[in-house]
Amino acid sequence: MIEARLRLPRRGFTLDVDLQLPGQGITALFGPSGCGKTTLLRALAGLERAAGRVALGDAVWQDDARHRFMPTHERPLGYVIQEAALFPHLSVRANLDYGRRRVATDVGSTAAAGFGLDGVVDLLGIGALMDRRPATLSGGERQRVAIARALATAPRLLLMDEPLAALDAARKAEILPYLERLHRALALPIVYVTHAMDEVARLADHLVLLEAGAVRAAGPLAELLARPDLPLARQDEAGVVINARVDQHDASYGLTRVAFDGGALWVGQTGAAPGDAVRARVLARDVSVARQRPQETSVLNVLPVVLETLQTEGGTALLRLRLGAAGAGSATPVWLLARITRRSADLLALQPGDALYAQVKGVALMR
Amino acid sequence: MDAATWTVVRLTAQLAGLSTLLLLLLGTPLAWWLARTRSPAKPVLASLVAMPLVLPPSVIGFYLLLLMGPQGPVGQFTQWLGLGRLPFTFSGLVVASVVYSMPFVVQPLQQAFEAIPERTLEAAATLRAGPLDRFFSVALPLARPGLVTASVLGFAHTVGEFGVVLMIGGNIPGQTRVLSVAIFEHVEAAEFDAAHRLAAGMVVFALLVLVTLYVANRPPRDDRATAP
Repeated sequence: MIEARLRLPRRGFTLDVDLQLPGQGITALFGPSGCGKTTLLRALAGLERAAGRVALGDAVWQDDARHRFMPTHERPLGYVIQEAALFPHLSVRANLDYGRRRVATDVGSTAAAGFGLDGVVDLLGIGALMDRRPATLSGGERQRVAIARALATAPRLLLMDEPLAALDAARKAEILPYLERLHRALALPIVYVTHAMDEVARLADHLVLLEAGAVRAAGPLAELLARPDLPLARQDEAGVVINARVDQHDASYGLTRVAFDGGALWVGQTGAAPGDAVRARVLARDVSVARQRPQETSVLNVLPVVLETLQTEGGTALLRLRLGAAGAGSATPVWLLARITRRSADLLALQPGDALYAQVKGVALMR
Repeated sequence: MDAATWTVVRLTAQLAGLSTLLLLLLGTPLAWWLARTRSPAKPVLASLVAMPLVLPPSVIGFYLLLLMGPQGPVGQFTQWLGLGRLPFTFSGLVVASVVYSMPFVVQPLQQAFEAIPERTLEAAATLRAGPLDRFFSVALPLARPGLVTASVLGFAHTVGEFGVVLMIGGNIPGQTRVLSVAIFEHVEAAEFDAAHRLAAGMVVFALLVLVTLYVANRPPRDDRATAP
């Protein structure tokens, strides 16, 4: 559990948050530029002197009530920023050793259990770069070295400030799989600042929405993405993520079935083995609804749903749909968002509680 | 080279070497502070350091003489310490050189420190390096070109100084008679051959200094080609 109660006046906004972040998985701090994401991250690291309290589990890093402020270099954290900030006078190997040599405990003993330096180097695929100088690396390579350098200190918390923002789409695509590997391989909590929704949808488990220095909403990603009252739902990219498992492959049609509590979806065939955890993203604009189960439709994924809420704005209506037939309550509800025209909503006379069929035209498998 | 000339050259090298050492010891922390501080005292201190750049050497020499003289505060202090008076001694020359050459050491160092991005030092902090550790493991190596420039300029400027030396040190062989003063004296005495030897030596020295500087501060070559 990461506790952060912080207050820091800034030009244009005052950071004022009281957060309990989960002690595992990736928590994304998301919001427009100038909302205080980076300031919050820096305050967690002790790089900014905000007022309040920061604790990681039972380790208290800052507590103004007890006049305690641990300077950054004493906090067992890793910090990766957009510009990588490698030491230009040192080789890649010496960059990796810089932090590692300064921690008393060996990498193997903590969060990166079983990894060690070789494991970290492997994980990020930088073995061939060890004798190079930072100036000779590409942007993507530099960023991977920066991540490895942070991990080599066996941090108990990894803070990442838009690590992909300086990279073009191709470099981004090069790094994302490494971040996903990191997420799977290490039981290390990561706080990840970004303003890119696709990174959030792909990587985050938890989401903190910041607006003008304050927390607008915080919680599990799937829940927050499915909330029509949040600004996320008004984006063109609005949509939900569904945590699912690979169920079966249909090689003859090149399809894979992924199952979750409350239903299943057919997606384009993936390399993942049956039983593997995957994440499906369904955009609100790719979902339509019908009162009867559509007959003879080309849409592969037709799912029984219950309409929970309906919001209209201008010519569009945003529906929040709970997957599963009416009455079939499940422990972990799964929702879809559907964006349809207001005219359609009126023609169908949609009311909360209606049992409907959702037709899903597009599913993106994230991992 | 006759014995007298040799004494002059050795004394000059000693003066410049010792002054450069002291200049680096005092100037490096000062430059680091000037580069990183947001204190309102910064422009005042920066101006004080830069004064020798704009003041005639005779003005500096005059006031140093007053300060270090028997009635001056520095003079009283050195006498109280039992060190005697500084004017017309080698120690006095060292003190004067340090004051006079300070901007030539502090300014290149300050520029080098200012060129280090804050985020690089912060990265070191997130990698468990404390403030002093960050200074020695990141700031100083990254400021290497500035350090070379500062040392060379500090040394060369001390060697070339004349006005302050004449006022503080006078012309005592083996104690304060350095190159620039010796040349002046040779010329006064119409010993043009002797003046030539020393002056030409200075020209060669200056040239060597500048070439060293330019070589040392070449941008580092891209070592991709040598990477395995």
